[in-house]
Amino acid sequence: MRYIPYDEVVKAVKNLIAYSASNLPPDAIDALKKAIEKEKSPVSREVLKQILENADIASSETRPLCQDTGLAVFFVKVGEDVKIEGGTLKGAINQGTEEAYRENYLRASTCEPFSRANLKDKIGYNLPAIIHFDLVEGDKIEIEYAAKGGGSENVSRATVLPPASGKEGIIQFVKEVVSNGGGNPCPPLTVGVGIGGTFEKSAISSKHALFRDIGSKNPDPELAELEAILLEELNKLGIGAMGMGGTQTVLAVHIEANPCHIASLPVSVNIQCHSSRHSHITI
Amino acid sequence: MGNSYHLTTPLSNDEVEKLKAGDIVYFTGVLYTARDAAHKRLVELLEKGEELPFPLEGAVIYFVGPTPPKPGEPIGSAGPTTSYRMDSYSPTLIKHGLKGMIGKGKRNQAVKDACVQHKAIYFGATGGAGALLGKRVKSSEIIAYPELGPEAIRKLEVENFPVTVINDTYGNDLYQQGRELYEIK
Ligand code: SF4
Repeated sequence: MRYIPYDEVVKAVKNLIAYSASNLPPDAIDALKKAIEKEKSPVSREVLKQILENADIASSETRPLCQDTGLAVFFVKVGEDVKIEGGTLKGAINQGTEEAYRENYLRASTCEPFSRANLKDKIGYNLPAIIHFDLVEGDKIEIEYAAKGGGSENVSRATVLPPASGKEGIIQFVKEVVSNGGGNPCPPLTVGVGIGGTFEKSAISSKHALFRDIGSKNPDPELAELEAILLEELNKLGIGAMGMGGTQTVLAVHIEANPCHIASLPVSVNIQCHSSRHSHITI
Repeated sequence: MGNSYHLTTPLSNDEVEKLKAGDIVYFTGVLYTARDAAHKRLVELLEKGEELPFPLEGAVIYFVGPTPPKPGEPIGSAGPTTSYRMDSYSPTLIKHGLKGMIGKGKRNQAVKDACVQHKAIYFGATGGAGALLGKRVKSSEIIAYPELGPEAIRKLEVENFPVTVINDTYGNDLYQQGRELYEIK
């Protein structure tokens, strides 16, 4: 059994969040630069230029990239041979989140669902974090983090298709979701698609698909092909950067597929805006 | 792409009428911030015939909920928020002299109609460009409803604040027309 001090996890989480808030990861920057070269609309090119200039300013002056600094979403792989000393792993992730958001002047965006009252004094600054745990072999902890803003979550959708719909049905549904979202989720987008599993498994997979480096190739050739088809189809919609019309609406489509029930074909689409703030660490 | 203009607020009817969907405008001068809660109060004041906390004639309102400023800075990151939440209030303000709104995302038909009828413009700012836009804000002062916290009305002095014309006074809509231009069926 390996023991990791509680404070070490808190510190690691704080670093992940503080860094991500003002540094767009290299995969996102590369994808945006490629999009400028390909974009046919001058208005959209102008928007893309502003997005890249914004990334420069945010990073060199340590300012948040976007004022919506998101809910803190984590995927955590916990080795079965590791234990946290002096507290729980969940506690450490939440404490790291609260301290990072407060100390770096990020926005506290969690609220009660009905009264809409901000929870910063009741539960904690931008708490609770959204954490998905997975148990794995070994004595390490892998933490993946993303700041998930409201604009792109608001247009994300889940459904369960009849199995006979097949790939055609999936393509149709993904197109519908991206088309309806228009400019609201701040395109150019990364589109996460979760296929199979159960209703909730497909939704979680569609979120996790967004954590992959933008534009990295899917190791499964069948999924890689479907991603390429979807990318081409979605960029025919003409939505463009910030919905102002253009050819580069989507930077990448990432699919995660799971075995599912013989009677159903769950499909979820989770949208990520251009401010794709994600990072990871292994402790 | 359309033309690009440098404009100083408040805006006149002449200035507003030369703008077309797709034009880029750089604002210098004053922008007032307001979101849903503040809009509700402004409309209530107008209905009661009472005075507003700032002059509406020619004014430009920015839909924004910034991050907290670092010590010594006027404002934190300050990109636009989604505009449709203001759709039910905007026509009343436009009728009483509002000339510009800055946000992101589609407006409803009533807002677009009010823009044509009373000569006003809906501008889009780049969502997620909060660092860049926040830097173009030179000063910020709360002028009404401090109890609303981040939703209080602020008077922002801005310099070269970049926006794009979405809905103009001729009924054009960049979100619709821009998309039609690049859509492949
Ligand atoms: S959708 Fe993304 S870029 Fe746009 S405002 Fe929300 S967090 Fe920021």
